[in-house]
Amino acid sequence: MVEKEDERGTAKRVEEFLQVFKKGAEFTQDLLKENERLRYQIVQLEEVQKSRETPVSSSDDEIDQLHKRIEGLEAEKKEILDRIQQVEAENLDFANRYVEIEAENNNLANLYIASYQLHSTLDYREVLQVITEIIINLIGAEEFAVLLLEEKTNKLEAVVSEGMDEKGLPSVEVGDGIIGQMAKTGENYFIDDLEQYQRDINHPIVCIPLKIKEHVIGVIVIYKLLVQKSRFAEVDYELFTLLAGHAATAIFSSKLYSESERKLSTIQGFIDLLTK
Amino acid sequence: MSRYKVLVVEDSPTMRQLIVFALKRIRELTIVEANDGVDGLKKLSTESFDLIFTDINMPIMDGLKLVGLVRKDSQYSQVPIVIITTEGADEDRQRALALGANAYITKPIQTGKIIDAARNLLSLQA
Repeated sequence: MVEKEDERGTAKRVEEFLQVFKKGAEFTQDLLKENERLRYQIVQLEEVQKSRETPVSSSDDEIDQLHKRIEGLEAEKKEILDRIQQVEAENLDFANRYVEIEAENNNLANLYIASYQLHSTLDYREVLQVITEIIINLIGAEEFAVLLLEEKTNKLEAVVSEGMDEKGLPSVEVGDGIIGQMAKTGENYFIDDLEQYQRDINHPIVCIPLKIKEHVIGVIVIYKLLVQKSRFAEVDYELFTLLAGHAATAIFSSKLYSESERKLSTIQGFIDLLTK
Repeated sequence: MSRYKVLVVEDSPTMRQLIVFALKRIRELTIVEANDGVDGLKKLSTESFDLIFTDINMPIMDGLKLVGLVRKDSQYSQVPIVIITTEGADEDRQRALALGANAYITKPIQTGKIIDAARNLLSLQA
């Protein structure tokens, strides 16, 4: 009886052990599955990480490329700035040239009008008037005179003056003093330092021989400039050159015309006398 | 094209031609010339002007008298007047401006100054 009970107890324990073993086996199976699952997750995570690491390295390339692009753009910017500076310098140069050309244009226009006016008349007095106007309005002289050469006496005599008495002007022999010397050589005379100039009737600040080719027919002498004019401008020297040639021709032509008119009038008078 | 009429009063034909030549560089201008102050007044009474250039030293009627008479005329009380003269002293300038001149240019003539004065007083672009 006792043995039977022992057998039953042993069987029960075996049964319990088997149950425990079975559960242990199931648990182990679960652990293995979990392990497998975790391994799989690790592999997945590693792949994700790997896939994340790959773009990082490509970003570096992009950064490098961007750096290179920035450098390129910086170089372009520098080039553009240099070009802008160059263009600005050219602009300034053009602007200065424009001002110069404009001034030259104006001077040429003035010279053209002066020349046109000098040859607009054959009246001797009008020619002298035009010369006077040019000297006042274009050169800016306040006291000056025009002296013409008397062929018979070989002396320069004043025919017109402005700002001074004509009678007070000297009669100058060719070769005498500054005025006579300029009439002899045919060269222009200027005093550059006008501030130090002491007024002297025999020593003008400007003496311009009036020439037809190399033949001097007179001189223009300037003693004083307008109060607002402190020195000669570049165009003044061109005007002096123009006056030297054109004024001389205009004076000479008008004198010849006046003489021929006078002679014609005399001849006409004779003809009228003879035919009446 | 001409939008403004300018009167140039100057007894010297050379000087007048220089001023006219300079003003012709401005396309918007029509220029009328007068030999002296009296001639200028005559033209002012028959035509309408937007700007006047005048010399001071002229026979019959000088420029300053012309300025005074023009300023008394209600039609021209506001019309700009430019003096072009050999008189460079400051008192001459002050006298002209006091009489009603708007600009004072001294000789020797400088084309650029004439053009600038006309453009400024008529508010014209360069």
